[in-house]
Amino acid sequence: MIPRSRRRERAVEAVESTGLGPRDLLAEATAGILQRPARSVLTALGTVLGVGAFVAVLGLTATASSQIDARFDLLTATEVTVEDIAAEQDEFAGRAFPADADARVERLNGVRHAGVYWTAGTDRGLRVTAAPVGAGAGGRPIDVVAASPGALRAAVPTLAQGRLYDGYPSRTKQPVAVIGSGAATLLGITTLEAHPAIFIDGKPFTVVGILSDLSRKADLLLSVVVPRTTAETLWGPPARGAKMLIATDTGAAVQIAAEAPTALRPDHPEYLKAIPPPDPGTLRADVTSDLNQLFLLLSGICLVIGAVGIANTTLVAVLERTGEIGLRRALGARSRDITAQFLAESGALGSLGGLIGTSLGTVTVVGVAVVRDWTPVVHPATVAAGPAVGLTTGLLAGLYPAWRAARIQPTEALQR
Amino acid sequence: MTAPVIEFRQVGLTYPGPPRVPAFRPCDLIIERGEFVTVTGPSGAGKSTFLNIAGLLDAPTTGRYLLDGVDTGALKDAARTALRGRRIGFVFQSFHLLPHRSALENVLLAMVYNGVPRKERAARAREALDRVGLGHRTAAPPTRLSGGERQRVAIARALVTRPSLLLCDEPTGNLDTVNASTVLGLLDGLHSDGMTVLVITHDAGIAARGARTVALRDGVLTERVVTT
Ligand SMILES: Nc1ncnc2c1ncn2[C@@H]1O[C@H](COP(=O)(O)OP(=O)(O)O)[C@@H](O)[C@H]1O
Ligand SMILES: [Mg+2]
Repeated sequence: MIPRSRRRERAVEAVESTGLGPRDLLAEATAGILQRPARSVLTALGTVLGVGAFVAVLGLTATASSQIDARFDLLTATEVTVEDIAAEQDEFAGRAFPADADARVERLNGVRHAGVYWTAGTDRGLRVTAAPVGAGAGGRPIDVVAASPGALRAAVPTLAQGRLYDGYPSRTKQPVAVIGSGAATLLGITTLEAHPAIFIDGKPFTVVGILSDLSRKADLLLSVVVPRTTAETLWGPPARGAKMLIATDTGAAVQIAAEAPTALRPDHPEYLKAIPPPDPGTLRADVTSDLNQLFLLLSGICLVIGAVGIANTTLVAVLERTGEIGLRRALGARSRDITAQFLAESGALGSLGGLIGTSLGTVTVVGVAVVRDWTPVVHPATVAAGPAVGLTTGLLAGLYPAWRAARIQPTEALQR
Repeated sequence: MTAPVIEFRQVGLTYPGPPRVPAFRPCDLIIERGEFVTVTGPSGAGKSTFLNIAGLLDAPTTGRYLLDGVDTGALKDAARTALRGRRIGFVFQSFHLLPHRSALENVLLAMVYNGVPRKERAARAREALDRVGLGHRTAAPPTRLSGGERQRVAIARALVTRPSLLLCDEPTGNLDTVNASTVLGLLDGLHSDGMTVLVITHDAGIAARGARTVALRDGVLTERVVTT
């Protein structure tokens, strides 16, 4: 006979639920998945694709970002543009840039070159020809850009022939021009040996230089560039807003952007708007953002398909295994143990898909990088996120089937 | 004095319907530890309903049911489930074995939900399979076992938690006579070892093996006086 207190204790112990321990839960979920291996693999396929695409996109983006040419980065990071917004502030303000604009800015610490430029001429534009008007030369659509020597220098030009118009020609408003290689081709100019002239609205200009390349403002390769002073004398002040291009030392751009308006117009800094270089981080994201979003959307769609697949398979499993559920309830499983079991199964399926997908995505990134001769870059966070995304997908997909499973009455389930 | 294994105090169950079915009429019933009781009755008499109540799978709509002296009416669902898992071993007509698991794994499953420490489980499962004479077939999946062997695995699974009560619902319903007599012999043996056994059957021959027989008809339970 059991003493009274001992009996009491036994009774309490008998009704105290222990439930399914984590190890048992994992074992049961694994067994459930391995029960039908082919079906499990097919079910996980959607998650594999979704997570694979996710990892591949993030990996390829990281890889491509790290390949962006350092020169490009440096150029972008040392460029400031200042715009004339005086007209927006006050209609009688006139031109925002003073005559000595270049000198005012170049005086700032950290500025390499700075200069004002604009597209010369009125709204109708200027006719650029290789011969005087009336001599039968056809006009060509070539922009005439008025640029101070500093602006041209700030664009980091490479000369094919000749020179720029710094100093004397600019100061004395000479009719000289530096033309881009594209414009030279259009005008039929191949050499400067014969001191060729071009005609802008019939006015002759001596070509002193031909540009083969520009690191900034590459559109100037299709233009005729004349000194700012000459342009003002001939065609008056800029019709639309002029701009200033500033090349700065590394790391100085943001500071210069802040100082430039005041340096130019201490009386009305608000007439000028300085545009600093974009944050390198956002620049990288910008480079690939459209493609990024498209692929992330695709991987999202794959994940939804994956989730539907898992939900469907788990629901089928619940219905097929009604008898098993009844038995487990009879053996002491609470409805929440049943919920946990099916959630664990769908979560494990999702994690499996996530793991395989992460591997495939990483392999894709490495493959593409090898073909392109790049260094593959996959952030550890991406690798960690892959299986986590799979797990979340699986758990979400399992919610409804698990809820259905928990509601199955043991008495009915055991009738079968 | 220990409490009876089953104590019904005007326990009854009416399915709310509609239509309302008074499947088990209120009755008093006491089954003491170590008894072998058979429950008979034609189909639809309420045998399964009675088993569901006794096995804590369904709660009575009236009366009080004490299992091992524990008033089950006062228990929350989780507590009822825990009590069921530990104090009752079920044996079903259709075995209810998991087809993809070995005999041993099927027996192990009964200990998963009842707080049996992991390291004790394998030894206990083997012991239970030995007891039913299947110590040599532990690795076999149910699909490679005969009907009689399957039911013996199910009995091992019911025994392994050391329950107070073995509830068998038509345990030989799916078996031929040879296998049926093996299984019944096994149940007799368990009874001799002190196990409380309750067998539900519609077979009068099997019913006669019980030391005590109760009859069910239209939900009314009557004690049959055994005359020898
Ligand atoms: N869930 C239920 N809802 C309503 N009526 C039921 C339900 N289960 C059983 N019944 C009815 O209760 C009566 C007893 O059923 P049952 O206990 O299964 O009988 P037996 O097992 O003896 O064949 C039958 O008339 C049956 O139709
Ligand atoms: Mg029945």
